[in-house]
Amino acid sequence: MIKFINVFIEAFPFFMNGLVFTAELALSSISIGFVIGVLVAISRTYGNKLSYSISTIFVESIRGTPLLVQLFIFYFAFPQIGIHLSPLVASIISFSINSGAYQAEYIRGSIQSIDKGQMMAALSIGMTKWKSILNVILPQSLIKVLPSWTNEFAYLVKYTSVAYLVGVPELMAQGEFVASRNFEFMDVFLGVALIYLVIVMILTWGMSRIEKMVRMPGV
Amino acid sequence: MDLLSILQVLLKGTLITAELAVISFAMAFVIAIPFSLGQVYGNIPIKIITTSYERIIRGVPLLVVMFIIFFGFPSIGIRFDPFTASVLSLGICSSAYQSQIFRGSLLSVPNGQIMAGQSLGMKGTQIFIHITLPQAIRFSIAPLTNEFTIVLKDTSFAYALGVTELLREGTYIISTTYEPLLIYLLCAAIYFIITFSTNSIVRRVEKRFAIHGFEFRGERA
Repeated sequence: MIKFINVFIEAFPFFMNGLVFTAELALSSISIGFVIGVLVAISRTYGNKLSYSISTIFVESIRGTPLLVQLFIFYFAFPQIGIHLSPLVASIISFSINSGAYQAEYIRGSIQSIDKGQMMAALSIGMTKWKSILNVILPQSLIKVLPSWTNEFAYLVKYTSVAYLVGVPELMAQGEFVASRNFEFMDVFLGVALIYLVIVMILTWGMSRIEKMVRMPGV
Repeated sequence: MDLLSILQVLLKGTLITAELAVISFAMAFVIAIPFSLGQVYGNIPIKIITTSYERIIRGVPLLVVMFIIFFGFPSIGIRFDPFTASVLSLGICSSAYQSQIFRGSLLSVPNGQIMAGQSLGMKGTQIFIHITLPQAIRFSIAPLTNEFTIVLKDTSFAYALGVTELLREGTYIISTTYEPLLIYLLCAAIYFIITFSTNSIVRRVEKRFAIHGFEFRGERA
């Protein structure tokens, strides 16, 4: 135990360096993914046939293939067609697209769970279709989606560790770097695990606070 | 290399991927059942142990678990080959998610049915076997399939430990053919075919075992 604490303290500056990249990856991917998710979810529920098929194919093909393969396509395969991406950019793009597809499914589910009467009421007081989606349906469904969205965020934070495999110096890579110098693989990776665990727990706790804050009274 | 021999090598990798997925999913299933029972029916200490196991495992990335088991365990004298280490870590991670699925489906059997069983004079185990379990199994089919496809996709992480699964075989081919786009798209297509066919087969199974006139959780959404 004392050895673990010593190793952890020694490796802590490296962990913090890595944490900056992990946070950058997770925050930018979840936000870009959110934009993708909302757009795809709306086009899957309210779009015409064409936009429905395009977004369905997008969601199904992303959700049917591993994140690692998607990342490798962006990082190793895109140079073949002349697009060179840095490890960080390739990771952010693939994580955003991946997370976007999952978020789209969650948001679509919550849009469909909103009572049909709401849409009818909005239309009957003279709102246009898009106005009622934007002002009536979307705010309610985004509040409803929060619990599963939190889940997705936690997933994403954990999956950022994959960026290590293309050479982004995030938490996992820093752990590998420290461990390959002091050979304390067990203690170092337990330390990495602990940091991820703490992040995910803070995230879940914070999100449940936010859920309580924005909950609509009487629903 | 022509396309046929590329596909041959990739299918060899697919076999390993399937092995990884099936073995670790089965292992997780076996771990998850007692844990979920402990979470639902256990006394307070058992509830605390099973819940904290679930919370801790669900908070740690699979890749970190793999590295702890593969690189960390040798320092306390336990050595695994890459395949075993991958199966163990995939199984442990998935067991936490599966126990949550079972817990959810056990709890989603309406309380009134259990009371009805009691009022008929059934014992606790009788209620569990004849009322709760048959419905809970049906509730858990859809989320379990989803979990299986997640495990299947996560087997690609075994690449990091050097298991020659689909993605690793693909990378080997790329180092001789220099066709990363084609090969990785082929890999993606193989993963997609497996997950898609699993989903559609299970959907049929689910329909086959559905209780007529009974609102089903999977179909309500």
